[in-house]
Amino acid sequence: MIALHDLHKSFGPKRVLAGVNLQVGQGESLCVIGQSGTGKSVLLKCILGLVQPDRGQVTWNGRPIDRAGFMAGFGMLFQGAALFDSLSVWQNVAFRLRQRMSDAKARPIALDKLARVGLGPETADLMPAELSGGMAKRVGLARAIADDPSVIFFDEPTTGLDPIRARAINTLIRDIVTQTGATAITITHDMDSVRAIGDRVALLQGGTIVHDGPVTRMADAPALADFLGDGVAK
Amino acid sequence: MTPIRTVGRAALRLTRGIGAVAIFAGRGLGGLRIHGLRALAVQMLQIGWLSLPVVGLTALFTGAALALQIHSGGERFQAGDVVPAIVAIGMVRELGPVLGGLMVAARVASSIAAEIGTMRVTEQIDALVTLSTDPVRWLVTPRLWAAILSLPVLVAVGDIIGIMGGWLVGAGSLGFNSATYIANSWAYLEFWDVASGLIKGAVFGLIVALSGCWFGMRSSRGAAGVGRATTQAVVAAAVGILAANFALTGLFFR
Repeated sequence: MIALHDLHKSFGPKRVLAGVNLQVGQGESLCVIGQSGTGKSVLLKCILGLVQPDRGQVTWNGRPIDRAGFMAGFGMLFQGAALFDSLSVWQNVAFRLRQRMSDAKARPIALDKLARVGLGPETADLMPAELSGGMAKRVGLARAIADDPSVIFFDEPTTGLDPIRARAINTLIRDIVTQTGATAITITHDMDSVRAIGDRVALLQGGTIVHDGPVTRMADAPALADFLGDGVAK
Repeated sequence: MTPIRTVGRAALRLTRGIGAVAIFAGRGLGGLRIHGLRALAVQMLQIGWLSLPVVGLTALFTGAALALQIHSGGERFQAGDVVPAIVAIGMVRELGPVLGGLMVAARVASSIAAEIGTMRVTEQIDALVTLSTDPVRWLVTPRLWAAILSLPVLVAVGDIIGIMGGWLVGAGSLGFNSATYIANSWAYLEFWDVASGLIKGAVFGLIVALSGCWFGMRSSRGAAGVGRATTQAVVAAAVGILAANFALTGLFFR
C-alpha cells in the first residue's frame, strides 16, 4: 500500500501542497483529479521522489520509501510519453531490461509488451520521431509495463489525443491494470479516464484532498459537482 | 551595511555556484563504467570526428593569416625569416587550442545544451530517473570524457593543418623555399610547446562539455528555456576557455 502523510510543498511563496493525506491499497486504481495548476503533477513527483516535499512522508507498505527498491518495482507513463529520442521503439520499451540482460533476450520481451498495447513488430525499429501521438503513448505504456511492475503511475494519459484514441488508451490501461493486478495511480482531468480506469477518485483543490470516494458514487459527491459543473460528474 | 551585504550575498552565491558546478563535474567524471564505453565512442564521434572540418578550416585560415601577419610585421625589423617558427609555436601553444576550443564550444556546447535541455522539458530526464538510471551517469559522463579525450586530438590535427596553412602562404606567395619552411617549422618546436597545447585542449574540452551539460540539465520549461540554456552554455564555454587559457599560459610559461 502507498500512503501519503501530510505532504507539503511550496515553490517560493506559492503553496502547492498543503497537507495531502491519501492511501492507495494493493491492486487498487486511484484517479487524482483537479484543475490545471493545482499541483497534481507535483503530488505525483513527490511520490516518485522527483520532487522533495517540504514536509510529510510517503510510505510503501508502512515503511518510508526506499527509492532504489521502489523505483525498480514501478512503471510510469508520462504525459508526453517521454520516449528517448536516440533509441528505437523496442530499445525504449526494453530500457530497464537491457541493464541486466542481453539485447537478444530483451528484444522478444519488448516485442511481447508492444503486442500487449496493440503494436506489431513492424513498429519495433521505428524511432520515436516517426510515431503519432497515440502510438507514442502506447509505446510509453509498453515501457511502463515492461518489467511487470507492482505499481503503475499514469500522468494525464489521454492529454493530446483525439476522443477515439483517448478511449482506446483508457481501455488499454484498464485491461492492463486488471490483468496485472498492479496498483495504479492516475493523474488526470479527463472524466472519461476516471470512469474507465478508476476504482476511486480523489479531488485535489487548494493543496488538499477535498474529496476521496469510489468512482461509482461520483454523482453523490457535492465537491465533485462543484468542481465539474452541474451534471458533468454523472 | 547594504553594499557590504550585497557584495557578501553575491560572493556567497558565486561560491555556491562554483561548488555546485564542481560537484556536478565530479559526479560526471566519476561515473565512467566499462558498459558505458559504447556511449563514450558515440559521443567521441559526435564531438571529435564531426568537429574536424570546422576545426581544420579554422586552423588552415588562421595559420595562413598568421604567416602573412608575421612576415609583414617581421620585415619592419628584418625578421621576416622567422615566419615558419613563429607560426608553428603560435599555433601549437596558443591559437590551435584556443581557436579549436572556441569552434568546438560554438558547435558542441550549444548542441549538448539543446539536446539535454529538450530532454529535460520533454520529461525524458525524469523518465531516466523512474527507470532507475542516473541521468548524470547516462548523459553527462560520456559527454565529459568524450570532449576531454577528443579535444587534444582535434588540437593536434588543427596544429598540423595550421602549420600547413602557413606553409601554403609562405611557400606559395612569400618566397620561402618549401623544404626549408617545413624544416624551420619543426626545428624550433619543443616538446613542451606541443604538450602544453594538448593539455589546454583537454581542459577546454572539459569546459565545453561541462557548460553544455550544466545549462542543459538546468534548462527551464519551454522552447524559450532551451534557447536560453543554449546561449548560456556557449557564452560560458567561450569565456571559460579564454579565462582558462590565460591561467594555464601563466602556469606553463611564467
